[in-house]
Amino acid sequence: MSDHHDTDRTYWLDDKKNVDKICYALYGICAAFALADLFNYKHHLHFSFEYWKGFSSIYGFVSCVALVLAATQLRKVLMRDEDYYD
Amino acid sequence: MKIIMIDLLPPGAILILGGLLVPLLPSRVKPWSGVVFPVLGFMHLLALEKGFVQTIMVFGYELTPVRVDGLSLVFGYVFFIAAILGGIYGLGVKEDLQLVAALTYVGSAIGGVFAGDLITLFIYWELTAVTSVFLVWAGRTKRAQKAGMRYLVIQVGSGVILLAGVIFHFVDTGSLAFDKLIGADGLLGSASIGVLLIFVAFGMKCAFPLLHNWLQDAYPESTATGTVYLSIFTTKMAVYALARGFPGTGALIIIGAIMTAFPIFFAVIENDLRRVLTFSLNNQLGFMVVGIGIGTEMAINGAAAYAFANIIFEGLLFMAMGAVLLRTGTCLGSELGGLYKSMPWTAGLCIIGAASISAFPFLSGFVTKPLILDETAAGHHVVVYLMLLFASAGVFHHSGIKIPYFAFFAHDSGKRVKEAPWFMMVAMVLMAFGCILIGVYPEVLYRVLPYPMEYHAYTTTHVITQYQLLLFSALAFVFLQKTGLYPPELRSTNLDFDWTYRRALPAVVRGTVWVGREVIEAVAVPLRAILSGAYKLVYRLTGPEGVFARTWTTGAIAFWAVVGLWGFLLLYYLAR
Repeated sequence: MSDHHDTDRTYWLDDKKNVDKICYALYGICAAFALADLFNYKHHLHFSFEYWKGFSSIYGFVSCVALVLAATQLRKVLMRDEDYYD
Repeated sequence: MKIIMIDLLPPGAILILGGLLVPLLPSRVKPWSGVVFPVLGFMHLLALEKGFVQTIMVFGYELTPVRVDGLSLVFGYVFFIAAILGGIYGLGVKEDLQLVAALTYVGSAIGGVFAGDLITLFIYWELTAVTSVFLVWAGRTKRAQKAGMRYLVIQVGSGVILLAGVIFHFVDTGSLAFDKLIGADGLLGSASIGVLLIFVAFGMKCAFPLLHNWLQDAYPESTATGTVYLSIFTTKMAVYALARGFPGTGALIIIGAIMTAFPIFFAVIENDLRRVLTFSLNNQLGFMVVGIGIGTEMAINGAAAYAFANIIFEGLLFMAMGAVLLRTGTCLGSELGGLYKSMPWTAGLCIIGAASISAFPFLSGFVTKPLILDETAAGHHVVVYLMLLFASAGVFHHSGIKIPYFAFFAHDSGKRVKEAPWFMMVAMVLMAFGCILIGVYPEVLYRVLPYPMEYHAYTTTHVITQYQLLLFSALAFVFLQKTGLYPPELRSTNLDFDWTYRRALPAVVRGTVWVGREVIEAVAVPLRAILSGAYKLVYRLTGPEGVFARTWTTGAIAFWAVVGLWGFLLLYYLAR
């Protein structure tokens, strides 16, 4: 199965610096989209809070952090050994 | 003449009959049966005209084995497309069992979608249960065997409840027609017991909260191909059934919203990536259920469109994880990582599926999910709307990022394997193509939806706000990873509702048996003493030496008879 050709090769992502580059790119894109809210481009939304500047950005970020932190707490209650039921 | 004969077959029959033929075919062509019969079936469906209804009389009851209309057609189309692609994906399957099970299962689900009456629906409903369980068992592990048994009990149970509901409903109304069952007020409170039972039966197969656990329990135990099939048909047949019978049922909005939200917490901490996808599937069904609950034409279109798109992108994700399972022998996040080096194509295709489920613009999720979200907002369901937005961000987090990240990237597990086999690759490429096609030309899908509509997904507002939601979810992931707050993948079992019937209920039964035995022991000693005393008394009276065993003279008998009769006469006289 294993292939020497594969294991020896180093990939672009193997370099931590390149991973950082991806992260910086993400920060840049996030900033650009967040700044878009400075313009009044929103139309035909149903709720007034959706017109708030930064609503979608903040909601997305907070949702995910809350989700993961809550799930981590949940793990304390629910996690058992892999063969718990066996 | 031939055409008329074919017309008499319900859609799906070709798959069921074909499936039964599989063991007789030469082994070289066998795997192709998973492709050929669905293709034939699809051609058969395309030959049927919209509005076609077939009725037959059975024991004086009118049944409708086939009803072809807008709602059944959209589900029929996507079921056949998925069946063909599933067949291509499974070309490496050499086992008769899986091929027969898959074809008969898919045929039954398609039959169910075109069923025009409740009895026909019930028959297909049960057929999907008994055929699909063999796909679970095909995993051929002890876990698969046990999970399959639990799955079968619940699935058949759903059918039994459905039948009970149908009987009640028939007694109430005299109708077996499978049309809208819920009243115009959309309230379950004013529905008859029969309709409520049918609702529960549908809810079991649709994995409503607390009725959901068979899904996460059984599906990940199947084979690479088996899980792909399983993930598609049963739950979407249930979505179809709800859309047919319960559009506009207010309770579904709440049920659906809960379904979108709670499984994603489990998805975050689950280690088996195929099980993560079953939680994701559960969450996706929630969106469809909300759409059905809202019940406007646009919302029903949204539920159908989302079911269609979901079958393609979720199927693609299950296929990618199946390929990983096939090549590495595991789907545990803790054991995987770095696979992009040896399975770059699978990784790329998986990312397309992941981006589609997350509803990135220009992919299928983006043009289908907002149909439901917009209608939720238009109905002023503010809390539900916020829950759906939360779930949308969560989907991206656990399906969009977690699945590809832990399988193909994260820390390098050192596993170097071959790329997925060509047939799996072909199926995944076609699935990915479907995601992009629908995303770029949504009209392809909009045109086959049950109700005509005009919808423009690509507005500036929608595109930008969606990017904001998703990109900042990605940012949250990076933030949590960098700060070490993200929970690591651990080999573990997370308790879920199945704990109640796998642990609590058996414990209660064992406890009851133990208590019962103790009570019997405690009571037994004095009881035995009393009984033996009573036995001795009876023996003394009636035994060989007993008073009652003596022979009496005729005169004595006559005397006591006379005394008795006099006594009776006296009592009779006094009683007057």
